[in-house]
Amino acid sequence: MSGGTYLGMPAFPEAAHEAVRNQTLRGNLRHATHTIRAKRANAVAEVSDWAELREAGKQIKDHTLRNLDTYLVRLEESVTAAGGTVHWAADADEANRIVTRLVKETGESEVVKVKSMATQEIGLNEALEAEGIRAYETDLAELIVQLGEDRPSHILVPAIHRNRGEIRDIFAREMGAWGRPAPEGLTDTPAELAEAARLHLREKFLRAKVGISGANFMVAETGTLVVVESEGNGRMCLTLPETLISVVGIEKIVPTWQDLEVFLQTLPRSSTAERMNPYTSTWTGTTDDDGPQNFHLVLLDNGRTDTLADEVGRQALRCIRCSACLNVCPVYERAGGHAYGSVYPGPIGAILSPQLRGTGSEIDASLPYASSLCGACYDVCPVAIDIPEVLVHLRERVVQGGPVTREGAKVVVKPAKGHAAERAAMRAARWAFSRPGALRAGQRLASRTRRFHPRTLPGPGRAWSDSRAVPTVPAEPFRDWWQRTRGGNQDRTQDGTRGGAQDGKDAAK
Amino acid sequence: MSSRDLILARVRRAIADVPRDGTPYERAFERGYLREHGNRSVAQTVDLLAENLADYRALVHHCTAGELAATIARLLADRGSASVAVPAGLDPAWLAATEVTRVPDSAADTPADLDRVDSVVTACAVAIAETGTLVLDGSPDQGRRRLTLVPDHHICVVRVPAQVVSSVPQGLERLDPARPLTWISGPSATSDIELDRVEGVHGPRTLEVVLVSGE
Repeated sequence: MSGGTYLGMPAFPEAAHEAVRNQTLRGNLRHATHTIRAKRANAVAEVSDWAELREAGKQIKDHTLRNLDTYLVRLEESVTAAGGTVHWAADADEANRIVTRLVKETGESEVVKVKSMATQEIGLNEALEAEGIRAYETDLAELIVQLGEDRPSHILVPAIHRNRGEIRDIFAREMGAWGRPAPEGLTDTPAELAEAARLHLREKFLRAKVGISGANFMVAETGTLVVVESEGNGRMCLTLPETLISVVGIEKIVPTWQDLEVFLQTLPRSSTAERMNPYTSTWTGTTDDDGPQNFHLVLLDNGRTDTLADEVGRQALRCIRCSACLNVCPVYERAGGHAYGSVYPGPIGAILSPQLRGTGSEIDASLPYASSLCGACYDVCPVAIDIPEVLVHLRERVVQGGPVTREGAKVVVKPAKGHAAERAAMRAARWAFSRPGALRAGQRLASRTRRFHPRTLPGPGRAWSDSRAVPTVPAEPFRDWWQRTRGGNQDRTQDGTRGGAQDGKDAAK
Repeated sequence: MSSRDLILARVRRAIADVPRDGTPYERAFERGYLREHGNRSVAQTVDLLAENLADYRALVHHCTAGELAATIARLLADRGSASVAVPAGLDPAWLAATEVTRVPDSAADTPADLDRVDSVVTACAVAIAETGTLVLDGSPDQGRRRLTLVPDHHICVVRVPAQVVSSVPQGLERLDPARPLTWISGPSATSDIELDRVEGVHGPRTLEVVLVSGE
């Protein structure tokens, strides 16, 4: 697929190594994630039935995924009946071609965009640029990223890695080249920065003829699309242009209107820690004399059906992109979003990117390891995605290879490079554990040579033992001790306390 | 094969392991969550709405039906507005006490025309107390969606307690998904700078809510 992988992206450990040395970045991330963590906890504590809402959200999404073909067809029918046109895109290239054609058919050469993960994922802006169409990002954080020729580093707040001073500098330097320049003497107070964005984008909204969006939810029963936002840029893009094109992943469906009652409670509290976000827009096809008169929905696969084919990994498709898991993750807080080499950073990105793109590249094979498996992401997930479970599952895939689905076809992937020592160790362990005689001989040999064991490991093991004590091998293997003393019954010293050679610390004296 | 057929075929293969027991949607999962949070009297629900609106920086005003025209006139005067956008079906009595120039909601106007209007006055479809949310559904007394988007000052009238519900589930029950809906919880805001909330970006930066009782 195109657009999804940043070219030349090094594996996570190398990228993270660079990032953690950047003091400004670490300060910015620490400040932002700690601010939102405490607020989210308060917002969640306000509703007494959070656990039940979370469970219902999980079950609604699971039910939808188990019947996804039925609901996709129903959605197509209802959107069409309401005056919209539905397009299907198997991959990023096809989606980009469809959108480019639709924009060209309007005769326009610029579009305004609402922040959308799906269009980031497929690299739509670059594809439009190549065809001479300029896409203006209108979300404040996306604007900061676009003006700074930067990459997004967070699902909800793509410019989370920038502090107010850096944002001021970017606005003052770059806005003029894109349209209305930043006001003279712009300071770094957030209110002034927001005002500068308002003035800069106003003229673009008022003249825009084509808007491009994603959607947070699509209701199969009614054909309704939902966009949840804060600034009003979404409302501008969804209502002022004559043509609206929405690119949405096929997993964003919910069956009925009523199902929104769950997600409109859990999403705002999980993402921005608000009871409700400032603006939510819902629309069903087109409405005469109100809003865009042409509405196109592009349903995007791009690796989602491959993800759906994985019995463990498919739960990642429940994700509603709230980004709570990023905000609590100790690895994300230190490494930042760019190290993940994907528009989906953080814990959810570590399980989503290697499934949408496969584990073929170095960065994707390293992502399942970008975690300490602490489980904080699972605790906060409003649709209960067991991210650690999927991470372990994907690590197994990377090390062992095995059958997966790629572009709809079942293939067998080879074990990834760089795990040869681990595989050799596991093979040796399997061999030894299935041969009791060899295991016993090996254990005895280890016990007898214990005086000569090094305190730090040689070779690649050194890094591990730099900060950890190498376990001491006991003077007598456990199984020998058990056999000799019949389970400890004949191994009592005269004063009645239990002795025995299995206590490595004593024996080592 | 069309991409539509290709994607649907991929979906069916991907979920081939899942037993299709034909469980209907209605029985597929438990809705164990609450229809509303807490036990409140009608008056307390209205108070909660006012409290939550104010918490997100909406300016909340209370008045009786008889005082409504004077209240709206005062708000427009305090703001210094010279013009006000008016939905086609707005009760003319609401604006009876003001001399401010009316700009009727018209399909012929461009967004730039609307950008020159100072204020807008509308009704709403429903208000949700627990979240401090006003929902507009494009009815004649609320107008086209852009009417409440482009002007920088929005005065929204809520009839209490008739239009107030406690919770999001109760709000959705009252709404028609076929209509284009705008859910508004406080004025335009952003959390994009250091994940801290700042009011005032593209939507109306001032949201005034008039809770009008007794008709």
